[in-house]
Amino acid sequence: MMHARPWVDRNIARRVRAMAELDDLVKEFLVESNENLDRLDQDFVALEQDASATDRLASIFRTIHTIKGTCGFLGFSKLESVTHIGENLLSRLRDGEIGVSSEIVTALLQMVDAVREILGSIENGQGEGDGDYSAIIETLTALKDGGGAGEADSEPEGEIDGVEDALISGGEADEAAAGASDEIDLSSLPFDGELTADGVELTEGDETAEVVSEDDGDVSGVSLEALIEEAGLDSGEASDDAGHDDGAAVAEAAPAAQASVAAAPAPTAPTPTASAPAAPAPKAAPAPASGSPAGKAGSAPKPRAEASGSDGAAGGGETGSTPPPPSSTASGGIRVDVGLLDKLMNLVGELVLARNQILQYSATAENAILSGSTQRLNLITTELQEGVMKTRMQPIGNVWSKFPRIVRDLSQMCGKKVRVEMQGRDTELDKTIIEAIKDPLTHIIRNSVDHGIESPEKRVAAGKPEEGLLYLRAFHEGGQVNIEIIDDGAGINAERVKQRAVERGMISADQAARMGEREAANLIFAPGFSTAEKVTNVSGRGVGMDVVKTNIEKIGGTVDLQSRFGQGTTLRIKIPLTLAIIPALVVSSGGDRFAIPQVSLLELVRVEGREASQRIEQVHGTPVYRLRGRLLPLVYLSKELGRNGSSSSRGGTVAGIDFAVAREKHLNWKRTLREFLDGKAELTLEKAATHRDCALGKWIYGEGQAEFGGLAEFRSLESLHMQMHNAVRDAIVAKNDKRGDDAEECLRSVSTMSEQIIALLDRMEQVAGAGEVNIVVLQADGRQFGLVVDQINDTEEIVVKPLGKIFKGLATFAGATIMGDGRVALILDVMGLAQRAGVVREGRERNLHESGQKGESSGGTRQTLLLFRVSDTHRMAIPLSMVARLEEFPRDLVEQSGEQPVMQYRGGIMPLVPLGRVLGYSGGTADAGAAPGAEGAGESIQVIVVTRGEQSIGLVVDRIVDIVEQSVSVKRTGLRSGVIGSAVIEGKVTELLDVEGVIRSVLQDDESWAGEAGGADVGAGAGAGAGVAQGV
Amino acid sequence: MSTDRQFCTFFVDGMYCGVEVLKVQEVIRYQDMTRVPLAPAVVRGLINLRGQIVTAIDLRERLGLKPRPEGVLPMNVVVRTADGATSLLVDEIGDVVTVSEEAFERPPETISGVTRELIEGVFKLKDRLLMIVDTERAIGVAAAA
Repeated sequence: MMHARPWVDRNIARRVRAMAELDDLVKEFLVESNENLDRLDQDFVALEQDASATDRLASIFRTIHTIKGTCGFLGFSKLESVTHIGENLLSRLRDGEIGVSSEIVTALLQMVDAVREILGSIENGQGEGDGDYSAIIETLTALKDGGGAGEADSEPEGEIDGVEDALISGGEADEAAAGASDEIDLSSLPFDGELTADGVELTEGDETAEVVSEDDGDVSGVSLEALIEEAGLDSGEASDDAGHDDGAAVAEAAPAAQASVAAAPAPTAPTPTASAPAAPAPKAAPAPASGSPAGKAGSAPKPRAEASGSDGAAGGGETGSTPPPPSSTASGGIRVDVGLLDKLMNLVGELVLARNQILQYSATAENAILSGSTQRLNLITTELQEGVMKTRMQPIGNVWSKFPRIVRDLSQMCGKKVRVEMQGRDTELDKTIIEAIKDPLTHIIRNSVDHGIESPEKRVAAGKPEEGLLYLRAFHEGGQVNIEIIDDGAGINAERVKQRAVERGMISADQAARMGEREAANLIFAPGFSTAEKVTNVSGRGVGMDVVKTNIEKIGGTVDLQSRFGQGTTLRIKIPLTLAIIPALVVSSGGDRFAIPQVSLLELVRVEGREASQRIEQVHGTPVYRLRGRLLPLVYLSKELGRNGSSSSRGGTVAGIDFAVAREKHLNWKRTLREFLDGKAELTLEKAATHRDCALGKWIYGEGQAEFGGLAEFRSLESLHMQMHNAVRDAIVAKNDKRGDDAEECLRSVSTMSEQIIALLDRMEQVAGAGEVNIVVLQADGRQFGLVVDQINDTEEIVVKPLGKIFKGLATFAGATIMGDGRVALILDVMGLAQRAGVVREGRERNLHESGQKGESSGGTRQTLLLFRVSDTHRMAIPLSMVARLEEFPRDLVEQSGEQPVMQYRGGIMPLVPLGRVLGYSGGTADAGAAPGAEGAGESIQVIVVTRGEQSIGLVVDRIVDIVEQSVSVKRTGLRSGVIGSAVIEGKVTELLDVEGVIRSVLQDDESWAGEAGGADVGAGAGAGAGVAQGV
Repeated sequence: MSTDRQFCTFFVDGMYCGVEVLKVQEVIRYQDMTRVPLAPAVVRGLINLRGQIVTAIDLRERLGLKPRPEGVLPMNVVVRTADGATSLLVDEIGDVVTVSEEAFERPPETISGVTRELIEGVFKLKDRLLMIVDTERAIGVAAAA
């Protein structure tokens, strides 16, 4: 103590100056401590699993020690007292005096939590808070004492000595530096440390240790002083810097100093030198010491920026002495404010835009120098962009690191044993994405432990190892990051999920019956779904997975779940690497440009004019395109964006002709001629242009010929047009010759022909307009659809800029970007667009359909289908499993019950559903019920009998075609009642009948049928009987 | 001396309006706009303002006035709002006027619906009235919907 006093006096002035620095210091301390604490959680859990992992123990010890040391000199006494006792316990563990037990780990984790709490409180500016940590301290003390009788506190004291030593050395260095540099005011920091270090010793009241430490301090002080003199001023400046950069560094420098103590001739020093090699990252220490004993501690596991910073300071120092050789271990790393990175990222975004602009310009300007430097600019920008993006990248391990702790706590709470394994911790993701997936991932982990993994007894009974495995895997694939969360737990009980979903009215029993395991499992993403028997404080409220899915989709990711009952569950998340700059496809529609994120892009299809009219088919008014044998629903962008696509957007000249004008003109002929014949208007042969002179004629024999020459429609147009013009001329001649009847006759043919011409022009326009149908095949929520746009421009790197709040309700756009020409273009939100167009439905229905589709298409399950016709043109199918019987009845058996056609069938009354009429397909003979026997289309009717509960229902169809077995991929093609979707079956487009929907829509007015159909409890005969009673 | 306030003034369909000068980032002439399909009618489009994407709100539409005659290009009054810079499209730009707080009055009760919401108050100038537009409300999402 005597030695220390003069130091105190000498440094008081500096301490005052240091107050201003304190805020920054505290901030640094908080950041660093929090990082360290995150590591602690992991270490503790690892330690618990492998008690012999002494390196873990050493690491934990160092972390706690660092925190304790730093908070000591920052004056956080409460924090210090908590960490101190923890440190004591740890030191005993480390020395093997007591063994690691779950109890101890729990207590230590509690301590970590307490430390976090205090740190949080400090961060909020509330000092150390008013939490009472005496219980933890007691527990820790009890544990410490419980392990062994002897007071073995000397170790931590020794460490404190180290701190003090370091501080002294720092002070010395400062002193030295003071002579040469003005930047000295930073140097007072270490002094603070010293003060507190002293204080610590006092409170500990361990006289021996104190004395010893004093001696140490002395010795090391001297030795270091000497060394510093040797090393010149560099070290002073450098450690100066270290102090400035990171307050904690000072404390961390302690072991280094300790090492020097060991090296110094100080036989009294009881400090075990063994701790030196295991010292924490010595930060700045190695550099300034340049080969001094501190180098011994240079096995820095976590080299930091401070080191390089001090290197720089020393190297650039005005003192001009030889810069210290860079330490091989203290390689570069720097702590940068995230705000700065964000700003950089924005600037790079701007740069990318400017680059795009210049690129576009230089492409048009023929200037070798310009294009040369533009190329360079292009390359540099790309590289810079990648570089800056990398700075924002963080390993996913940062998020994962807290999972072992969560799993540990959770599994203990649930009485389970769970082991966490990780692969691909280094997989990097943009910081914003890391933030965004933190909560969803945590939720999934909790779910897996709580619901997925079974209790040890159950596991053993199921023949699995007692300990459950939670496996986290992350890897890059195709520009995306895949994260898998795999557990070997009970898996999802598809039956129970279905049952739940039915109970909650989310799906019908019928839908449930058709669902495969995979689709059922995906039901857990539906909002409000929970299978947990009881709501625990862990999970089971049914808000979780839905939110998980929403959040991940929000950042452009997808979630997929696979589960095998009894064997485990795999959840696969795919997320983009970054959100800020994305590759996008630029398309135009209706004169506007739109960017489509490439993530959702599958392929581009261009259909040439004549082909288009054939290959784009209609399924009940919904356009579809056959893409390699599968039906792709088409969405017209212009129509979705409220541009009233078809004619108006195509207004103007198409293929060299304005169809609207041409139509108008030729309709006018009829009127003009009428007026002429009535003597109301003048018309001469000169005015009545010949078929070659009029605008349409010119087109027909010019561009039209070239464009559509081969088209049958075009040839009829040509001849009709000629005939019409001739008829007009004939009419004029007839009128002039006073042959009124002939003139009228001509007028009649003119009017018929003009109408035909209009129709043909319509058709031509359709072909011409579809001249090149550009289909952008997109994927949203696992469903494909074709977006029809006017033009496909280019792919470009775009910088996503958010839209203002006023557009909040606009799900169609994900943001905006600035294009190469400086204009703003909107970024399409493929998911939102798909929802708008009805390709995918929102919420739970969406999930159902998605899953339904998956099961049928990707699953490749073969289904047996009954094919039938409801009209000459409409072929439909239903799964054979839904069909009870196929019957043929004489038409006169059909009776009426109210509005409802019925028939006596097997002792009951069977309502008949005339499908052709219900679905609005005319031309069928299936219209049996409405007018029995009246249509003379045969003496009998074809009936497909389906049962609903105990009720039989007859679907009257035109003709039963066939029964086929094949795997079908159903495409939803619009939201029509009565049809689930359509599929290509045996090479023909076939609609799939929504049996439930049809029955419901027909019978809903008639409560008795519906009621009866639902009442399935009654025995078969009785049920049918009751049906008669109620129905009639 | 009573407190004086400065307003950037402009005309919207003959109405003399003003926005507090400190809220105005800049005044620029007509800019090319990218229209936003399906957006509320008040949104005229998006402007690229030196790399920043700015939403342009048509004050005529917002105030329920008749549309600007064809061929007349609006001016942009770019104001700073909680939702970032937003442009108000006006017909013509007036002067920056300094008015005394004393001349201020709440909007009269009889003033009609939409306008009432958007007009903070009225300054009685010597020869006319200056209506102060509440920028936050003018770009307000809830009100616009």
